[in-house]
Amino acid sequence: MPKFNMNPKKNPMPSQDPLVRNKNFDEVATGYTAETAIDEAKRCLNCKNQPCVAGCPVNIHIPEFIACVAEGRFEDAYQVIARSSSLPAVCGRVCPQETQCEGRCTRGIKGEPVAIGRLERFVADYHNANCAQKPVRPESNGHKVAIVGSGPAGLTCAGDLAKLGYDVTVFEALHLAGGVLVYGIPEFRLPKAIVRKEVENLQALGVKIETNMVIGRVLSVEELKEEYGFEAIFIGSGAGLPKFMGIPGENAKGVYSANEYLTRTNLMKAYKEGSATPIMHAKNVAVVGGGNVAMDAARCAKRMGAENVYIVYRRSEAELPARREEVEHAKEEQIIFRLLTNPVEILADEQDNVVGMKCIEMELGEPDASGRRRPVEKPGSEFTMDVDCVIMSLGTSPNPLLKATTPGLETQRRGEIVADETGKTSLEGVYAGGDAVTGAATVILAMGAGKTAAKAIDEYIRNRS
Amino acid sequence: MYRILKRKELNPTVTLMDIEAPFVARKAKAGQFIILRVDEEGERIPLTVAGCDANTGAVTIIFQIVGATTQKLNEKKEGEFIQDFVGPLGRPTHVEGLRKVAVVGGGVGCAIALPVARRLHELGCEVTSIVGFRNKDLVILEEEFREYSDRFFMMTDDGSYGEHGNVCVPLNRLLEAGERFDEVITIGPLIMMKFVALATKPYGVKTIASMNPVMIDGTGMCGGCRLTVGGETKFACVDGPEFDAHLIDFDEAMKRSRTYSEFEKEAREKHCNLFRQEVK
Repeated sequence: MPKFNMNPKKNPMPSQDPLVRNKNFDEVATGYTAETAIDEAKRCLNCKNQPCVAGCPVNIHIPEFIACVAEGRFEDAYQVIARSSSLPAVCGRVCPQETQCEGRCTRGIKGEPVAIGRLERFVADYHNANCAQKPVRPESNGHKVAIVGSGPAGLTCAGDLAKLGYDVTVFEALHLAGGVLVYGIPEFRLPKAIVRKEVENLQALGVKIETNMVIGRVLSVEELKEEYGFEAIFIGSGAGLPKFMGIPGENAKGVYSANEYLTRTNLMKAYKEGSATPIMHAKNVAVVGGGNVAMDAARCAKRMGAENVYIVYRRSEAELPARREEVEHAKEEQIIFRLLTNPVEILADEQDNVVGMKCIEMELGEPDASGRRRPVEKPGSEFTMDVDCVIMSLGTSPNPLLKATTPGLETQRRGEIVADETGKTSLEGVYAGGDAVTGAATVILAMGAGKTAAKAIDEYIRNRS
Repeated sequence: MYRILKRKELNPTVTLMDIEAPFVARKAKAGQFIILRVDEEGERIPLTVAGCDANTGAVTIIFQIVGATTQKLNEKKEGEFIQDFVGPLGRPTHVEGLRKVAVVGGGVGCAIALPVARRLHELGCEVTSIVGFRNKDLVILEEEFREYSDRFFMMTDDGSYGEHGNVCVPLNRLLEAGERFDEVITIGPLIMMKFVALATKPYGVKTIASMNPVMIDGTGMCGGCRLTVGGETKFACVDGPEFDAHLIDFDEAMKRSRTYSEFEKEAREKHCNLFRQEVK
């Protein structure tokens, strides 16, 4: 049995120097070495009640995989994770572990929790680098399932069903599979080669991926069922239209939604010299909003060569919805935080190019319905920020397309698809999960929803046949 | 990959292509658009559908060579492939129940106006077509328009063909003479559509304009295609591409359409130079 590691602190994650990395798109965190991984794994108490497993939306057998790492059996560790998760290399990078597995770790009571996310990432990367053998394709059970959307919810659902022998086809609207993992999360946080690898792993399991297929337009949900013989359908179409503030000047040249800015940079590779997709190379950029997407947009803008990049957020630092780690990374990369500040107008020149942003200072008042203290304007505190680009990162509202084209599919007032805890919608055989149901949330919650729906779909089809 | 079934130059700057995309061909209706990428490194560009044939699986696109991407597309030959082709996107033109309509097209916009005129004609609607071009050499699809129109007006800016003047000249004349259209549908340059809207407004004629703004995904995700319509933000890809022309903020749309004009000019020139080097 390996010796227990008493160190109260996590092994730090090796990373590129902040002032180097804020000029390139290479991955920020470079990953544990085998020695560090083993050392970190030995910090796990392997405690009986396993609170970490309950904290994981897809219930990975965490102590079991960590025990394998501690013994240097990395591929075995991978196989443990793969039983529960279809996208370990992704989750190890983008999950908010601090509020999930690591948030419940017994070691975290006195000192820092075990670095579960970093270990997961190490194991997945080890597997992808060292194991050429393809996953074994299970025997077909002859039942067809369609998945709408190839983001984290759809890919997870597809993977779980394929492992059970289902004939799974994923329909993706864009030209590339991965959803938010390829259009949204930047290369420096989640290299696209990793997403591609995870998608290839699913294809090796027999999952078919059809790109350039906008379900709701080219084929309806009903046609998938009636004409193409899909017995069940999972909708993981993701979040939709970006929100704007409704302030003057918002349609000036140089105002982007975070979705547009990130899609241009990531999916369309505008950061690469010679990319056919244009993007503004602004000098002074304001990103409005305080979530993870805002941090991604700000850090992209810095890497695109902006001298000053500001996060403009109307509440204080304590209320920033972004992960702590993302905020820290942004600060290290010299992103400037203008907190308790709210834009009131975007100023443009005669050609309608952005030349500034008028803001007002805020202070925190009484708590609102969400329990957070409501920001209120400080009268007479208006000032102008010198910016030539504004990126609105205020969240999204659900895509109206499937709602409009699928009769009988119930949605909430704002457009989120109504689904019960198993993902079942108002239509027989139609399940949904991820942002399409919850509104903008995290990758892992979408994966959890995809996983739950896969189980429900399996039961549904078994009971039918 | 999507095969080019047919390629035909309609004039020196406008090319027609039939692309093999059977799923799209089965569903696309007048007024809807597609997004394509020419090659693996290409940008996504939206083009309005100019026609389709469910039997052959062909979708017709007609495009003007304006930037590097359309230039690269234009260099593709029959039998070759383009990387991506997705659609149909946007809402189809509302044509049901209309009895008397003026279809006003300008330049390459006529390629998109034609299927609308054709559909209206098929539904038994009385169609007045007014088409405008800069000069005689740029005229496209005249015969086809005549076939589907009860009345037809050809305009050129320089008077080298048809009548001298822009599309508003006959439109104003008709409106002044007391013609009552159920609807005017206009497709073409933003400036032209703006003036068509101004012409019809005093007469209270419902006027629909087809917008083709900057766009990336085309499915309601990026928000790049937003327009102000009646004081509200609308997205051309899911709410449009057609809107009430009397409510569209055309001035803002024109400014937004020039966001990347410098980049496009540069990219196009770079592409031209590369091309010249190859053929020297």
